[in-house]
Amino acid sequence: MTDQTKIETTELKLTAKDFSSGLDVRWCPGCGDYSILAQTQRVFANLGYQKHEPLIVSGIGCSSRFPYYMSTYGFHGIHGRAAAIATGLKLVKPDHPVWVATGDGDLMSIGGNHFIHACRKNVDLKIMLFNNRIYGLTKGQYSPTSETGKITKTSPYGVVDYPFNPTALALGANATFVARTIDRDPKQLQYIIEEAAKHKGTAFIEILQNCVIFNDGAFDDLSKKDVKDDNILILEHGKPMIFGKDADKGIMLNGFTPIVVNLNVNPQLENMLLVHDEFEESGILADILTHMSEKSGLPTPFGIFRRVKRPTYVEGVTKQINEVTEKKGKGTLQKLLNEGNIWEVK
Amino acid sequence: MSEEIKQKKVESLTDVTVMFAGDSGDGMQLTGTQFSNTTALVGNDLNTLPDYPAEIRAPAGTIYGVSGFQLHFGSGNVHTPGDSPDVLVAMNPAALKKNLPNLKPNAMIIINSDAFDSKGLKLAKYEKDPLKDGSLAGFKVFEVQITTLTQNALSDTGLSVKDIQRSKNFFALGLMYWLFDRPIEPTIEWVETKFKKQPILVDANIKALKAGYYYGDTTEMFATKFKVESSKLTPGRYKNISGNEATAAGLVAASLLSDLPLFLGSYPITPASEILHTLSKYKNYGVITFQAEDEISGISSAIGASFGGHLAITTTSGPGLALKTEAAGLAVITELPLVIVDVQRGGPSTGLPTKTEQADLLQAMYARNGEAPIPIVAASTPSDCFYMAIEASRIALQHMTPVILLTDGYIANGTEPWRIPEVSELKKIEVKYADNPETFQPYNRDENLVRPWAPAGTPGFEHRIGGLEKSNITGDVSYDPDNHHEMVKIRAEKVNRIKNFIPDLEVLGDKDADTIVIGWGGTYGAIYDAVDRVREKGHKVAQAHFRYIHPFPKNTGEVLKKYKKVILPEINDGQLAKLLKAEFLIDIIQHNLIRGLPFRSSDLEKVIIENLGGNND
Repeated sequence: MTDQTKIETTELKLTAKDFSSGLDVRWCPGCGDYSILAQTQRVFANLGYQKHEPLIVSGIGCSSRFPYYMSTYGFHGIHGRAAAIATGLKLVKPDHPVWVATGDGDLMSIGGNHFIHACRKNVDLKIMLFNNRIYGLTKGQYSPTSETGKITKTSPYGVVDYPFNPTALALGANATFVARTIDRDPKQLQYIIEEAAKHKGTAFIEILQNCVIFNDGAFDDLSKKDVKDDNILILEHGKPMIFGKDADKGIMLNGFTPIVVNLNVNPQLENMLLVHDEFEESGILADILTHMSEKSGLPTPFGIFRRVKRPTYVEGVTKQINEVTEKKGKGTLQKLLNEGNIWEVK
Repeated sequence: MSEEIKQKKVESLTDVTVMFAGDSGDGMQLTGTQFSNTTALVGNDLNTLPDYPAEIRAPAGTIYGVSGFQLHFGSGNVHTPGDSPDVLVAMNPAALKKNLPNLKPNAMIIINSDAFDSKGLKLAKYEKDPLKDGSLAGFKVFEVQITTLTQNALSDTGLSVKDIQRSKNFFALGLMYWLFDRPIEPTIEWVETKFKKQPILVDANIKALKAGYYYGDTTEMFATKFKVESSKLTPGRYKNISGNEATAAGLVAASLLSDLPLFLGSYPITPASEILHTLSKYKNYGVITFQAEDEISGISSAIGASFGGHLAITTTSGPGLALKTEAAGLAVITELPLVIVDVQRGGPSTGLPTKTEQADLLQAMYARNGEAPIPIVAASTPSDCFYMAIEASRIALQHMTPVILLTDGYIANGTEPWRIPEVSELKKIEVKYADNPETFQPYNRDENLVRPWAPAGTPGFEHRIGGLEKSNITGDVSYDPDNHHEMVKIRAEKVNRIKNFIPDLEVLGDKDADTIVIGWGGTYGAIYDAVDRVREKGHKVAQAHFRYIHPFPKNTGEVLKKYKKVILPEINDGQLAKLLKAEFLIDIIQHNLIRGLPFRSSDLEKVIIENLGGNND
């Protein structure tokens, strides 16, 4: 466990239920958000958090109602600004885990700037992106992650622009922990949330989340039992990249391009498969993985793309304050008034 | 030669306005600042106004590349940087051309004649050489080969010609020190510290400074030097301070007085950046400065820090305040303490980034969606920024509300000697926190309608707040129509009740006059001087200056209704006038001049006398 997840032995061991605020949850029945809420509560309990420890910030959108349903401190901000609010909060509460619950409109569109800088600075926020590829709360307009050609209220003839790939954006912005998971796989979801919690630095989790009203079935290919195994690749550190219902397909590099090889036909290639390395420093492997999708005939990776250690922004800020304080001595009112060139008038 | 020196005449003056002007690369701001600091050290009261272009290094020699530093000092009290210079130091033709129209008749002009070559004249768009065509006939012109003389003095330093030329401002400074009988030692000390790591520059700059000083002493050109006696300032310890420095110091003082660490979320913007610069140095006071990715992040991060229990600040100028409006509303509805500092500049849009204006008052007052009242305070002089920064913080913390502190480019960059208060003169800021987890409700209120503060992370007080309308008392999300109406009224009344915790409007001058001149913000000095002069001419006039604008001080209506005439000069198109008329239904004689420049007290004097029915002649 890292410092952040350390608990005092005298404190109560809370259960997942203890992290529920008791308010009626008002997401649509069948919404993927319920799963994210349940797993987060479970992880907080597993990690031994007390209620006052995790601080949760959100922006605007369906996802951003999240803090109201948790019994912790919560701040429901304004559209797009969750990462910025959370950055200020984390800077003044360095010992508390600060979580951001946000959606694809909130984080990728209006809040894009705050997102990339929270990643770049390694602020040590835990950002959960509820990506349903649609604007839900405003009732069905296309979002920055909606696929080209999608018919929505604001694109009755199809979306003509191109979607963001959130994990690629996070990697491009130098996030130190980047992962993707899905609402329909509670076990993996819980694992990823827990690993993000333990990571020291900005952790970004893209959670593919089904909107039952405005974009139902968007992720069926990646979540339906009969097809998903052929369409997704579970990334596991140190393991070769093998997928498929019968675990008979592997990922190899051809130059810079990942390709699928059939291990039944070419069993000898098993030794040449890509082996996942979460801790790979340069980020090149993660970059390759993030661009894999059904568009290029490749499986969509789930799991932790990248997990590297780098001093956090908060640590840097605190360290500098301590160093300067040690050198100059702690500031007092008298000292403050005495700064600069002073002369006396008698 | 020494005989001659003794014969130089010494003339006494009560006050002088000097303008140092040159190319933006000529170091005029440095020269002006050094002259001001030394002038303060010898005991003169003073007031300064830097006037620099928006471009960092506009093409050399052009009019729009001219950087100026105006300084007014005297033996009495000095409240403004002076209307028109008595002395102009012009380092090039453009500096002369730009400042000539504003000089006093018969003003003294010290010119770097080396810069008046055909190239320099052409860049300044002079068709004829003004030194030769008689156009300077109404002035006392002193042509000094500043560049050449500096070069001669520094020929043995080993510096290149280009580097030597960069020291010419020190020559000019030395000459001015001689002319106004100021010591050169404080600047020598400053140079020694500033260029400690480059001894060659220490040597060069000191040589240039001394060369300028001795040049004045020996040349026959200057037959007279001037003496300005020390001012009779209130005894105490003083320092020269700009409004931005004072704002920064005031915010740190508020942090120490409230025993709350300071957080600043800010994005660089002219003319407010210096507050961010200054606070970034104060790390040993526990100050966290966050240079945000944009203005919105500046305020949003501050709101997060406030939720976490810090004294949270965001600093900006007009365009930045416009970007912060939605988040400011969030601070209103979450009822969190927050200080928003707006150093006003000329608008709209990018407007006049380096010029002053008072045109953000209505933006501060109203620019938010919904009914979102925010208290407003305004500083009236550079040193007043210190006190108003403390006041803004006090109101924010004690009334759980965002507060806007308005300053402006003029007082932010202008400096004046400030009598440093004793620690005992500054009052502690008592902050109340939620203290009982059993009875805690986030939107419960005390007798002043203030909700309890339970900083995030405090065990036992876990709660959720946000931008959705709150149910009074519980703070739960509420869409209830009656609750919304009640909350709108409560938020307004909470701000209104702050008037019970601020000082009354103070009336200066002739309290029993028929006419009162009112103002707010950075126009204080100009109005004060104008009223003073009008009274010296035998008229009766009162003056009152607003430092608290929302809510207005309790006695405002009573004061204003006592006078037959209320004159209100503003560097906007009548914004405070609008607010006062709407609230007190009184007539106001407005004087609105919006040129990006501070008022001249001589202009205001005329306005007042005209309105008194007097004769200006």
